[in-house]
Amino acid sequence: MSQLALVIDLNVCVGCHACVTSCKEWNTSGTAGYMADFNPFSKDPTGTFFNRVQTFEVGTFPNAETVHFPKSCLHCEDPPCVPVCPTGASYKREQDGIVLVDYDKCIGCKYCSWACPYGVRELDEYQKVMKKCTLCVDRIYDQSLPENERKPACVMACPTSARLFGDVNDPDSEAAIAIRERGGYQLMPEWGTKPANHYLPRRKTRITIHEDELVRVDNPLRKERQLPMPDSDEPTLDDVTSW
Amino acid sequence: MHPAFSVVFLTTLIGVGQGLFLALYTGQLYSVVKVLPVQDSANFYGLGSLIAIAFLAAGLLSSFFHLGHPERAWRSAARWRTSWLSREVIVLPAFMGMTAIYGLIHYLGWNPVLFTFRETFEIDLSLLVGAANTVLAFTLFLCTGMIYACIKFLQEWATPLTVVNYTLLGSASGFMLATAFASHQGSELTSFYGGWAIILTLSSLVSRTSSLVRNARIKHKSTLQTAIGVRHAKIEQKAQGFMSGSFNTREFFHGVSPTAFSLIKWVFLIMVFPIPISLLSLGLTADVLFLYGLAFAVQYAGLLAERWFFFAQSNHPQNLYYQTV
Repeated sequence: MSQLALVIDLNVCVGCHACVTSCKEWNTSGTAGYMADFNPFSKDPTGTFFNRVQTFEVGTFPNAETVHFPKSCLHCEDPPCVPVCPTGASYKREQDGIVLVDYDKCIGCKYCSWACPYGVRELDEYQKVMKKCTLCVDRIYDQSLPENERKPACVMACPTSARLFGDVNDPDSEAAIAIRERGGYQLMPEWGTKPANHYLPRRKTRITIHEDELVRVDNPLRKERQLPMPDSDEPTLDDVTSW
Repeated sequence: MHPAFSVVFLTTLIGVGQGLFLALYTGQLYSVVKVLPVQDSANFYGLGSLIAIAFLAAGLLSSFFHLGHPERAWRSAARWRTSWLSREVIVLPAFMGMTAIYGLIHYLGWNPVLFTFRETFEIDLSLLVGAANTVLAFTLFLCTGMIYACIKFLQEWATPLTVVNYTLLGSASGFMLATAFASHQGSELTSFYGGWAIILTLSSLVSRTSSLVRNARIKHKSTLQTAIGVRHAKIEQKAQGFMSGSFNTREFFHGVSPTAFSLIKWVFLIMVFPIPISLLSLGLTADVLFLYGLAFAVQYAGLLAERWFFFAQSNHPQNLYYQTV
């Protein structure tokens, strides 16, 4: 069974918020109606977003590094938010594993947001229904778009390709290969929600060099010291070889 | 969590309604086996059921204020197979309807004796309806409690004590009201209800204190390390993705200072347990209606604080992503 998901590479995310703005732009323009914004251009702006980028500092200066952390619905394989919904508005699609909300059935009781440990469901305070990432379900199957654009808006927008999109259950997909080969992990694995979205960890490239590898043990210079310079009338090595 | 007053009123009001019905039915059951005197059907059971329904209806009305789309509330009966909230939505009106039938049977006197057990105990229609309704009352306590207890990562709630507390606190407040009601009706059941109100209040003191002790020493499974998947002892949040709050910061934080938070705990511990028990004991010595009424009023006000604290105390793991609120 296929399970569409995002794989987010924390190693290359620069925290530019392009995924946040492109997500909002795409989804606020869709047929489901706009995503609430209050005071967008004045003091204390607030509103509904499907995606947020947070920033954490790991370690203490000077051994500190900044981790930018994009956060959206993880489309869990065992989503705790779905069974608690009293109306059936919240559901997980059989065909591709996307967790969606039927905005026409949602009564806005907020129980599903309580039942999500990741806090990725947000009540739209204008429409009074629960909203969340749809993996751009109105985009990824749109036949009128060129095939390479049938991806979520956030994936299209990412300037560093930190966001990969694909079927994590298909071993040959870009997303599944990235998870397998680059240490993809899930958030809060302790609750058994089996999030489909994975994160790729920060990576440092280090090589280990020992002292004896810098100075060759069998280096002839060790025994013979510096070779004597050839006499000025003799041909040098440079004259007889082509290097 | 941010306590919603709609839910605080819903859970406390229906608790009183359920408790009051249980008190009425207990009284009737005792009178059938001739332990207690029989009460007047219309004035006692009929009016008592009406009061219970008034509390239940007020609770139901209050719950609508929690919804973004109250006009779609009927849809919430759909997923009773998986959702405790849906089950509550079904059981609450069923319980109200059965309480109404129970009250009407008494009020209109449509109460034929169906059969006589061992030629002494007369089993009438209201007794059977009441038995079925008692099952509904306890089912409703179970549903209300399980709505909170079934969310396993809200660790303060995910314990059988949640269901026990809802049952005992609801029953205690209902019996407290029944004492005042019986006294008002000049019934002999006053001291019977008063005794049970004290027993139930003391039992709920034990279970509520147990849950407070449990929650005080709780060890949360999720940490900032598992939340973002970085294994380092020192992680500090620098930005949460916005500056002026969002649904996440409004819905999951109670926003009260630690001092006030602790104060509310002591307020409810005093108002729900020692004060009503003292007032009730004092009232029982001289049968003073005013003291019974006051005992119920103080306990109900205390239960509002108790329920506020119940919601506020729960620490949602999503708060790990919002360290700098």
